[in-house]
Amino acid sequence: MNVEVVFFSIVSIVAIASALMMITRRNPIVGVLFLIVNFFCLSVLYLFLHAQFIAIVQILVYAGAIMVLFLFVIMLLNLGDEEKLAEKRSYRRILAYALTAVILFQIMIGIAMPVGLNPFILTARASEIGTVEYIGRSLYTEYLFPFEITSLLLLAAIVGVIVLAKKKFQ
Amino acid sequence: MNPSVDAIPLSYYLGVSAILFAIGVAGVLTRRNAIVVFMCIELMLNSVNLTLVGFSAFLGSTNGQILVFFVMAVAAAETAIGLAIIIAVFRNKQTINIDEINIMKW
Repeated sequence: MNVEVVFFSIVSIVAIASALMMITRRNPIVGVLFLIVNFFCLSVLYLFLHAQFIAIVQILVYAGAIMVLFLFVIMLLNLGDEEKLAEKRSYRRILAYALTAVILFQIMIGIAMPVGLNPFILTARASEIGTVEYIGRSLYTEYLFPFEITSLLLLAAIVGVIVLAKKKFQ
Repeated sequence: MNPSVDAIPLSYYLGVSAILFAIGVAGVLTRRNAIVVFMCIELMLNSVNLTLVGFSAFLGSTNGQILVFFVMAVAAAETAIGLAIIIAVFRNKQTINIDEINIMKW
């Protein structure tokens, strides 16, 4: 067995296990920490696909910034009654898992369909297109307008967060 | 072309991504804590990002990775706004149980 496949399997299993732990643990702080493990595993999977820039941004933005925000809000709210938030009605839970199984089945059918590319060989350009240089050039030429719109979106988010989280509307 | 250069086919990545997405769906449907529901949405966004990067690498096109970049920017904005809304709701109702936050329900 190829060593790369072994390593890929380990990372994938850790990613899936940490995701499962995240949705089953009652304490949201434990959930956040498992989600960070999951994000690191996804970052390693991006490195498998030679997407260095995305892998680094994944750790910086998700594990670094977004999850800190989650931890901050969980500790700010300081919920005492975790037990009351637990799902009690079991019929709803069974329905939810049935729905999840249907969705997974549908996606798996989609994956099994043939695609118009060679799914076994990574293209020779794969390691080239993942670099900061290549993505940056594409971002500032072909995708310049969406890039600028993103900055507007982030500005709107900053203003919106301050308005929403303020104590009182004046 | 030498198949042994990259032994992991695209369908493995898509399978991992599909399983992570399904776990995220299960979390959104079963959990009642609004913050955990948000975390599950992040998980689903990330699983789709894995699909995009996988297709990008196997197609030899950079467009998928650019889209992942934009998804990350939108996810950051969405998380900040969502958590601010959760704080505002908690301040008014003293709960983040999504079953009790039903003032918009018809």
